[in-house]
Amino acid sequence: MSAPLLEIRDLSTHYVSARGTRVVRAVEDVALRLEAAETLGLVGESGSGKTTLALSILRLLPPAARIVRGEIRFEGADLLTKSNAEMRRIRGKRIAMILQDPMASLNPLFTIGDQVAEPIRVHEGTGRRAAWGKAGDLLRAVRIASPETRLTEYPHQMSGGMRQRIVGAIAISCGPRLLIADEPTTSLDLTIQAQYLSLLRDLQRAHRLAMIFITHNLGIVARMCDVVAVMYAGRIVESGAVREIFNAPAHPYTRALLESIPRLGDAQERLAAIDGQPPDPAALPAGCAFHPRCPKAMDRCRDADPPPFTVASGHSARCWLWDS
Amino acid sequence: MNTSRSASLTLSGRFAALRLSGVPLIPMAILAALVLIALFADVLAPHDPEVGTLGDRFRPPAWLMGGSDKHLLGTDHLGRDVLSRLILGARVSVVVGFTAVIVAGILGTGLGILAGYLGGWVDQVIMRITDTWLALPALTFAIFLAAIVGPSEMNIVIILGAVYWTRYARVIRGEVLSIKERDFVRLAVVAGCSKRTIMRRHVLPNVVNSAVVLATLMLGVVIVTEAALSFLGVGVPPPKPAWGLMLADGKKGLMAGYWWLTVLPGACIMLMVLAANLLGDWLRVKLDPQLRQL
Repeated sequence: MSAPLLEIRDLSTHYVSARGTRVVRAVEDVALRLEAAETLGLVGESGSGKTTLALSILRLLPPAARIVRGEIRFEGADLLTKSNAEMRRIRGKRIAMILQDPMASLNPLFTIGDQVAEPIRVHEGTGRRAAWGKAGDLLRAVRIASPETRLTEYPHQMSGGMRQRIVGAIAISCGPRLLIADEPTTSLDLTIQAQYLSLLRDLQRAHRLAMIFITHNLGIVARMCDVVAVMYAGRIVESGAVREIFNAPAHPYTRALLESIPRLGDAQERLAAIDGQPPDPAALPAGCAFHPRCPKAMDRCRDADPPPFTVASGHSARCWLWDS
Repeated sequence: MNTSRSASLTLSGRFAALRLSGVPLIPMAILAALVLIALFADVLAPHDPEVGTLGDRFRPPAWLMGGSDKHLLGTDHLGRDVLSRLILGARVSVVVGFTAVIVAGILGTGLGILAGYLGGWVDQVIMRITDTWLALPALTFAIFLAAIVGPSEMNIVIILGAVYWTRYARVIRGEVLSIKERDFVRLAVVAGCSKRTIMRRHVLPNVVNSAVVLATLMLGVVIVTEAALSFLGVGVPPPKPAWGLMLADGKKGLMAGYWWLTVLPGACIMLMVLAANLLGDWLRVKLDPQLRQL
């Protein structure tokens, strides 16, 4: 088997306060593999480190954050050893990102054409005219009607769904190998969400894009993703193929998450919820970070943090239950 | 209202919206007239403003006793034609006013964007300089600088630019701080744009509005400062006709009843400053997105 497109090995990203007294372990000991054309769903509660992980890959962390150790191998090279100029050439060209609110991602003062053409001009040095031609093709690819006239219009003249598709067009404009989508549908209503997701799926197939899909919506994960990684308090507590995780969750946290989704035709009156609060990331409990809320906590869980155990091939969980 | 609001976001639409909603006619007319007078001053002036006939000293305006059609607004203590001097003085005020505002604007906007976008020590250095600058009284500071470099029109522009750029830097930096958190700037970062590209293509166009409004409001301040410098003898060097200089010359004649030597240039200064301020206030309301929402 050849090397994967993206391989992350024991990556840790910490936020350090100005005096170095408080350390938040936002991402801790994360390992991930992603093949070309594969979609990874990254799920977890708010504050579990999903976005920090994504920003670590792009090396766009806020100044207080430090990548303390680990390796991020993308197309065979470690991104953490690249210079800033090299990273700029990778961002947008090899790795693209769609932000949480694509509605606000367009500059109100420039035409759609200028904005779709911008990455092409930055990365490929194409002239304005040629870049605009390519921008027209991209709009067609994201199913925008009469792209030639749309190119000369401004963002406020578009509907929300169209603006979002335009952001998608910008993301794929330079033919990236990896697309990171950080909750791209939270600001959309449901019907537009469904359209947008199927569009992303089609783009992915057409361009053999690998995708990291950050969300807390498990329904979207089931629809979009091939593999899932569940994050809790900065760690990936369980990862594996979508089918496997949805049918046989190995980690008590994943199980609790799945049980908290309402199902049609469910006779249950009350929705199952997870007891307790997510832990304070600056003061994580000793041992397994989930143990205070875990229904199956053992003595051992209080003392030591579990390493990832293999549940099945390609399916692992950080839980002492699987230590055998 | 709804259509003009959405249309006002595009550039061409913005001008359309300006046209629609009643440009304040009086200030616009005053400023336009002054600019035209400044442009065609040579043609309009009936006499040479720098040469007088001593025999015709202190002639009152034409409609008063002793006035003549030859000097519509009278003559000064050297027998120079007041009307001609006012007309050429308009050129000084307009040229110095506009260029100084632009010089200060470019300097202040540029530094404001750098401070706001780059942050860190660049921000600290620029903003501490700005604080120091703002702590000094503008006029005293200008006189101090003028005393060092000596009087000339060119020097006044440089001095006024050096004194007033901080006003822009302050406001623009604040704007940039909020713009750089907007998602389109972050998208540009994610898309691999360099800081320079982002500042030029995404930040600058979004602060131009504020800079223009500020420039219009600063026009009045700058013109008054220029007049004050000339009045104090560190501005436009005589015998060039500048309104502030005319005031200074005329004040000697005030007690003797030669009121036209001070009232007329004073009125000119007041008209121009008033027009600039009214226009600036209107533009501020017009282009401020927050107020526009109302």
